[in-house]
Amino acid sequence: MTSATHRSAERIGHTEQGPRPLPPLAEPRAGRQPETVDTVLENGLRVIAARHGAVPMVELRLRIPFAGEDAAHPARAEVLAETLLTGTERRDRVRMDTDLAAVGGTLQAVVDPERLSITGDALASGMETLLDVLTDALTEASYPEHEVSGERDRLVERITVARSQPRTIAREELQYHRYGDHPFAREVPQAADVAEVTPEQVRQLHRDAVLPRGSTLVLVGDIDPEATVETVRRMTSGWHAAGAARELPALPEVVGGDVRLVHREGAVQSQLRFSAQAVPRTDERYPALQIANLVFGGYFSSRLVENIREDKGYTYGAHSTFEFTPDNGTILVDADTASEVTAAALLEIRYELGKLALVRPSEAEVESARQYAIGGLLTSTSSQSGLASMLMNVAALGLGQDWLSEHPDRLRAVTHQQVADAARWYVPTAFTGVVVGDAEQLGEQLRGLGGVTLP
Amino acid sequence: MVEPQPHRVTLPNGLRVVLAPDAEPGSTAPGGPPVVGVSVHYDVGFRSEPEGRTGFAHLFEHLMFQGSESLEKLAHFRHVQGSGGIFNGSTHQDYTDYFQVLPSNALERALFLEADRMRAPRLTEENLRNQVDVVKEEIRLNVLNRPYGGFPWILLPPVLYSTFANAHNGYGDFTDLERATVDDCAAFFDTYYAPGNAVLTITGDIDVDHATDLVHKHFGDVPARSVPERPSFAEPAPSGELRDRHQDPHAPLPAVALGYRLPDPVGELDEYLANVVLAAVLSDGDASRLQQRLVYRDSLVVDVHAGAGLMGAPLDARDPDTFTITAIHSPEVTTDRVVDAVDSELERLATEGPTAEELSRVTARWSAGLHRDHDRLVSRTLDLGSTELLHGRAELVGELPTRVGAVTAEEVAAAAKALRPEARAVLEIEPTGDADGGAA
Repeated sequence: MTSATHRSAERIGHTEQGPRPLPPLAEPRAGRQPETVDTVLENGLRVIAARHGAVPMVELRLRIPFAGEDAAHPARAEVLAETLLTGTERRDRVRMDTDLAAVGGTLQAVVDPERLSITGDALASGMETLLDVLTDALTEASYPEHEVSGERDRLVERITVARSQPRTIAREELQYHRYGDHPFAREVPQAADVAEVTPEQVRQLHRDAVLPRGSTLVLVGDIDPEATVETVRRMTSGWHAAGAARELPALPEVVGGDVRLVHREGAVQSQLRFSAQAVPRTDERYPALQIANLVFGGYFSSRLVENIREDKGYTYGAHSTFEFTPDNGTILVDADTASEVTAAALLEIRYELGKLALVRPSEAEVESARQYAIGGLLTSTSSQSGLASMLMNVAALGLGQDWLSEHPDRLRAVTHQQVADAARWYVPTAFTGVVVGDAEQLGEQLRGLGGVTLP
Repeated sequence: MVEPQPHRVTLPNGLRVVLAPDAEPGSTAPGGPPVVGVSVHYDVGFRSEPEGRTGFAHLFEHLMFQGSESLEKLAHFRHVQGSGGIFNGSTHQDYTDYFQVLPSNALERALFLEADRMRAPRLTEENLRNQVDVVKEEIRLNVLNRPYGGFPWILLPPVLYSTFANAHNGYGDFTDLERATVDDCAAFFDTYYAPGNAVLTITGDIDVDHATDLVHKHFGDVPARSVPERPSFAEPAPSGELRDRHQDPHAPLPAVALGYRLPDPVGELDEYLANVVLAAVLSDGDASRLQQRLVYRDSLVVDVHAGAGLMGAPLDARDPDTFTITAIHSPEVTTDRVVDAVDSELERLATEGPTAEELSRVTARWSAGLHRDHDRLVSRTLDLGSTELLHGRAELVGELPTRVGAVTAEEVAAAAKALRPEARAVLEIEPTGDADGGAA
């Protein structure tokens, strides 16, 4: 196309020497486990502090269980998260941002049906400032009238933008399909509910629900863990309450059944979203299930990706992941495909589910998935931010650094039989889900395929 | 932390190699985690693709994962992931990168995989047709089936620029993608994927001497080929305000993007960095100028963002590069009100400059952000590689906090003054779905 005298593709793909052997792996070098302190303070706050990494930073994660069954809860919680960091007795919004910036810091709050989550970071030398701004908000957030009304109006518009995203629409439909009116399904609040929220309702929610007992604070970075815990103890001593933060009520089991087709006008691509019941992360069968899931669709070298992307070109990405809550675990399978190949992709996904459940994964498949799981834990926790997020994920399930350190051995101990047993969670009849797309284009093919409820 | 000085080797075939170990050679420090990063940056991006072949550089990036002389289709993915690693590639205006992050015992394997496809990729009809389908799904996912798809990186350049190289859609039109042939791939490879047109970067848990030996072993016999003369993509700045509208059937709210020309990122680096600081003063954090004025005070917009660079990061391209300001706003607010408010804030900064507190805020966040980025091996590896490729000096990465800290209020004021209405592009997004929001 550019070079006038280029070689042919055939010529480019061959050398005189011919194919070369793949070099073996060298001896692995063991990493150091981060020095960690994991303790519960007098106010009930669990604090995990870990020294990790070479950069002079500290990463902060705070998880406050934040479930609510009241229909008005999601909207109030959303406004609370948006305005938590906009004003206290001592600081207005600009002062907060300015104080954080002085130590290279940031803080953000987001909420979902499970928890209020605050993430932040700063130069390690500025950790006290970061904690001071945080605890100021936790104990003294004032929810100024003008900030609440401003954020409320913007939220109404942001919710409209969020609900125009296919992935948000599909997630919302899947949650409703799996869990009906369980609070876990109420992820994006209704704009009309948000418009009704008053500053006093938000202040009341803060008093009732922003509580240290049952919450977890993770700090990871260039820090002394013992001294850090003492700093946190001192700085959060004013944050206390009798009650405990609220965990989500138990989730009902996901029951397999028909996939529901949801119409989206003008769609040129469909979202396929399926789910089945699995086990909690703390279950002893989890490591085998983790490997089985990788073999199915949990990484690029999986059966699902090699089939519907690399062989058939139906999708850019296909994934199989887990969703864990403290006492529960489910499998989530997703792919986005052009309308004309959506039914064919559904057929292939069902085929791969059935095949995994019925045909024992090969030795090579299990070993590849095992190495990926072990290596993935190493690479994803090699950064301070990666370790902080991972520690918070497992802390939410009652686990800690010890569990992470032991997990590679747990994966090494998994037998092929255990993987074959875990694969049975993937029988096609265990799955249910939704397809979001242009029903006029998809309806006939999906009806022919069966197992799909049309609009 | 002292940013370690990268080591540098150039092979006889022209391949430039940057090595950045966690620990200095001879040091007894235990270093970081047992993980390595490997990347290859090729000096060709979507600005170099010819007319009638939009999206080809990105399509070709996909083809590079489809096997090579020693590796069947799927083998690259399986060997990286089966060694516990991750991989990816991405196509930018002026370069294309490929990377792997793996446990350090897989270093030689990673180098083997990169060398094999640099030497002899398998470019076949079957893989080409398969990846055309995959890329079309990628474009549907990221552009055609969602609100604000390609905003502003695909939609703004055709308004601001007039040459094909700078203005065209780097993701490509479906008709062009379908027209691509295996012979196009062969020509593209032979022209642009010569070892002398690439930078190999190795970071993390490595011993420099050992890694250098492995580089010679695996890349040493990749034959040297001629390296194309790098074209200039320079074009004159606009001489008036350029306006256009784009209809988006999925977007629920209108949006606007302003595009301005930036100083040459390589030849006028300090002037460019003044724009990086300006962008942060304008929109980074709740205390920034545009957040305060447009979001909190006047309630004109839902979101606003200012930044140097078209693809979301500064210093990611050669000249010409773009300064963008984007905002999503409610239908009751006209585009002109949003633009006028931006102009009045720029005018204020051009006249008074930023305060000392604003400057120190930007400097502290920039150096913290750089530390944080570089704690992630993927980012550290890719930053060193692209900086070596674009600037010829990977060291610049470590020097940036100092240089950003040296930017003065006067320089920021001058940068704001240069963002003139009569030399910019204004792109409006017009929602055309029904009133319920988008096409739903």
